[in-house]
Amino acid sequence: MNWTTLKRNPGGALGLAGFLAIVLLVIVGPLVVPLDTSTRLDQIYAAPSRAHPFGTDNQGRDVFSQIVHGGKDLLWVATLAAGISTSIAVALGSISAVAGGHVDNALMTVTDVVLTVPHFPLLAVLAGVLQFRSQTLLAIILGVLSWPALTRAVRAQVLSLKERDFVEAATALGLGRGHIIVREILPNMRSYVAISFVLAMTQAIYAQVGLVFLGLVPLSGQNWGVMIQYGWTRGAIFHKSSVYSILAPIMAIVLLKLSLVSMARIFDEIFNPRLQEG
Amino acid sequence: MRNYLTQRIARAVLTIFLVVSFTFFLIRLMPGNPIDLFVHEQVTTYGYTYEQALEQARGFFALDIDAPLSVQYAQYLGNLARGDLGQSILSPGTPVSSLIKKFLPWTLFSVGLALMISFVLGIGLGMLMAYRRESWIDHVLTVIATVTTAVPNYLIGILLLVLLGVQTNLINIASIRGSLSPGVRPGLTLTFLIDALYHAALPITTYVMATAGGWMLSMKSSTLGTLGEDYVGFARARGLPDSRIAVAYVGRNALLPLFTQLTIAIGFVVGGSALIEYIFNYQGIGLVLYESIVRRDYPVMQGVFLVITVSVVLANLLADLLYGRLDPRVDLTAEPV
Repeated sequence: MNWTTLKRNPGGALGLAGFLAIVLLVIVGPLVVPLDTSTRLDQIYAAPSRAHPFGTDNQGRDVFSQIVHGGKDLLWVATLAAGISTSIAVALGSISAVAGGHVDNALMTVTDVVLTVPHFPLLAVLAGVLQFRSQTLLAIILGVLSWPALTRAVRAQVLSLKERDFVEAATALGLGRGHIIVREILPNMRSYVAISFVLAMTQAIYAQVGLVFLGLVPLSGQNWGVMIQYGWTRGAIFHKSSVYSILAPIMAIVLLKLSLVSMARIFDEIFNPRLQEG
Repeated sequence: MRNYLTQRIARAVLTIFLVVSFTFFLIRLMPGNPIDLFVHEQVTTYGYTYEQALEQARGFFALDIDAPLSVQYAQYLGNLARGDLGQSILSPGTPVSSLIKKFLPWTLFSVGLALMISFVLGIGLGMLMAYRRESWIDHVLTVIATVTTAVPNYLIGILLLVLLGVQTNLINIASIRGSLSPGVRPGLTLTFLIDALYHAALPITTYVMATAGGWMLSMKSSTLGTLGEDYVGFARARGLPDSRIAVAYVGRNALLPLFTQLTIAIGFVVGGSALIEYIFNYQGIGLVLYESIVRRDYPVMQGVFLVITVSVVLANLLADLLYGRLDPRVDLTAEPV
């Protein structure tokens, strides 16, 4: 990655900067801004002011400090889940496409089964029966359930790359299957995999916040999703002065997802060999 | 082709079978499963005898709880085959199947319509963006698509409701709740259609806003990839009219990768209906799923989950068959080696 890449893609550069800023905010921020946990009955749903940039919540607590403290778990769960699902997907997708035959059939059947089960209802049902007590457990379940879409896409990509001249040339040269996957096909999919990792993060954020919003995950700890849930169920949406306590976490999630998605756009430029030639 | 067809159908049946078995495992076999909990609760909280509790569980879940598990499993499969999904615990006497019959059409209607609008809109705009790349219209649409895709659909829903409804009163949120106004009866009348669309408008807007951007961006990049292919350059060299190239050469090939995404989108949007219908209080199957989980009405939860899954499996099967017809490069009749 160099400056020209960033210059050519102001949107992507902005996304990268935004993502780094958010990471900085949620990791360093809590060391600087103390979490406001005191209940102040005289300041319930106060409008934004200098002391409270986003106003206060239903217990008179500062919304800004909750924003600062509410992103760490979210990011951790998203990264872990995306790491798990992307690794599974790349491995299974390329094996399936290159091996073909019975292996392909078996893997795709498994993929289809997991893919076809609608993700969010399954998570909701699991949350209802199991109760997700730890964030890490939630992340693992999210990761283990979300690989199939990418697996199918990776397989489709590999199938199409397999037909291309340079792969046929490698096959004709008698280079092994492993060599063809790792040296010929995967480099052509690097950008795709990097983008998919980031998109898997956004999906994990979607599912996680969605579950919290519906109140299906125990509402513990500081989390932007919990803030939205409180804002929604405790009347913050109905007043001009209090609406910021729900808009602030919504904006935080939107900005995080937006940075991730925009950031993914420079990945194409950085990793895609086809684009580098031109 | 017939080989491919039977193979896909077999796969769909297998998927349904595995999901059905998994659900049985979840509801009946897992430690601390809902049926054991239910029986336990009836005995400890409501003071029924163990036999009475079993009898009640038998009624709600349509299973002989004290029979061997293999018998219960066979019973469970038999019930499903007959469409017997047990009874709601919270409204006793209401079969789960009647709840599904009542609420599923609304979700299929709103989600189906939204998917179609969004897909067509996204493909049209995506191709436009690719053909007019680097023009102002491409830049504007890219920004819009990127931003709307980045916002989770339920946050779009919340924002629509909060900003248009509660804060500015542009939309009367009291009258738009539910799936029909009181007094309006389903039927082939104009009043019914208009009222149904009126109530579905916000959920549909939410689904479309959340998904159209994704189609636009995918179609744009897919079209750009296709435009660089040799066969397109060759078609140009042959002097074929631009419109024919755009539709038959570029569009058809560019659409291909989107079709695999369509199968994912169906599951995603149907699955997301639990969130969207909760926000707008739209009386669809997603809302029923949500309520059954929150209120621990497990027979309903199980039945609704199965029905949602089966509808998505069938939609996938359809998309699979279409995909086979669309891509000339993938040889679908080939026997597995």
